[in-house]
Amino acid sequence: MSNSVNITVVDREGAEHRLEAPTDMNMNMMELCKSYELPVEGTCGGMAMCASCHMYILSDHALPEVSADEEAMLDQAFFVKPNSRLGCQLHITQALEGLKVQLAVVSA
Amino acid sequence: MIETDILIIGAGPCGLFTVFEAGLLKMRCHLIDALPQAGGQLTEIYPKKPIYDIPGFPEVLAGELVDHLMKQAAPFKPGFTLGERADSIEKTDDGKFIVTGDRGTQHKAPVIAIAGGLGCFEPRKPPIANLAAFEDKGIEYIVRDPNFYKGKRVVISGGGDSALDWSIFLANGVAAGVTLVHRSKSFRGHPDSVQKVLDMAAAGKIALVTDAEVTGVAGSGKLDRVVISHQPEGVSEIETDHWLPLFGLSPKLGPIAAWGLNIDKNSIEVNTFDYSTNVPGIYAIGDINTYPGKLKLILCGFHEATLMVQSAFKRIYPDKNYVLKYTTVNGVTGF
Repeated sequence: MSNSVNITVVDREGAEHRLEAPTDMNMNMMELCKSYELPVEGTCGGMAMCASCHMYILSDHALPEVSADEEAMLDQAFFVKPNSRLGCQLHITQALEGLKVQLAVVSA
Repeated sequence: MIETDILIIGAGPCGLFTVFEAGLLKMRCHLIDALPQAGGQLTEIYPKKPIYDIPGFPEVLAGELVDHLMKQAAPFKPGFTLGERADSIEKTDDGKFIVTGDRGTQHKAPVIAIAGGLGCFEPRKPPIANLAAFEDKGIEYIVRDPNFYKGKRVVISGGGDSALDWSIFLANGVAAGVTLVHRSKSFRGHPDSVQKVLDMAAAGKIALVTDAEVTGVAGSGKLDRVVISHQPEGVSEIETDHWLPLFGLSPKLGPIAAWGLNIDKNSIEVNTFDYSTNVPGIYAIGDINTYPGKLKLILCGFHEATLMVQSAFKRIYPDKNYVLKYTTVNGVTGF
């Protein structure tokens, strides 16, 4: 089995970035975006405490349930939709092969 | 005018540890922080979260680490200007700096150590294009004086304690009408406050709009209505005098960005020899600085603080010879 999956991230200008995401580094979507220098702040470092990695899931992958912490933190995000998630809570596994996400707008 | 040897901007872990290291070299410190308490993001964002990479502490809660740092700094009697943001800096004729806070407090020191972490915490503003046009003309991010809203129609957004508490307070005979808009049906605030808001909504004292979000603002000269987008669909408008978007705080580099320092991606460039910036006498340590190989870790900030104060000592006492002394040998003698 390969140690990476292919993930597409649509940035805030609409440009698509095809990323190779390692599955063996205990990384999440926020960290993946940062590692490719995409504009994701990840202020709190991935503790579901800042909502700066708010993103929309565009593909229909079965993802882990939204935790209470993540749900609460989405309150501090803007333009939250049913497909909103915090990237820091999405761990990169084989199940994410082909995932497509879009970065949400962030606070001015 | 507060005078000290090292003025530390930011009372987070690096700023607090600087007090200790500077104290060992007989230099006094004063800290200024926009937050009302010391500890920076450890206190503000994650006080109950464990940290595992502080050398010697297999596990320590962020809030506990701040308590330890305060205790460690205590012998050196640091001064604090809390709840005040460092706004402007000017150089004096005698080679010192005067830093003025946003409430007018002035601080004078020969050395400035910027330990500002992620920056200063400011209200999180909704990304609405014409928002700025209505700031202080109907849109406020902080309730400074509740009487300001007497007899006014107020829309409040948010699901946390400040949104709930102000809804309750303003709907109890202060405002002419309170509408609380929240993106879901559940609130993360204190359960008592949540129940009170639901009860007041049932009694018609608060207009509760859930599964909805304010996505537009309009008015001529001042705010007169907000646009609300509903889930899963639909748009409505509410006439209002005020909108209070209460979405918590997020850090911004803030006024320091205009201090003439070399900035790269919201961080201050430093020389790793002594963590000095391009302005002699101003240093930057911790998460706010950047250099090749930078890691934003508390333990790296402690190292940076330690080296920085050596350089600060030479700047303040150019004619004094000094050698590193071990606390184990000499103990810690405070002021």
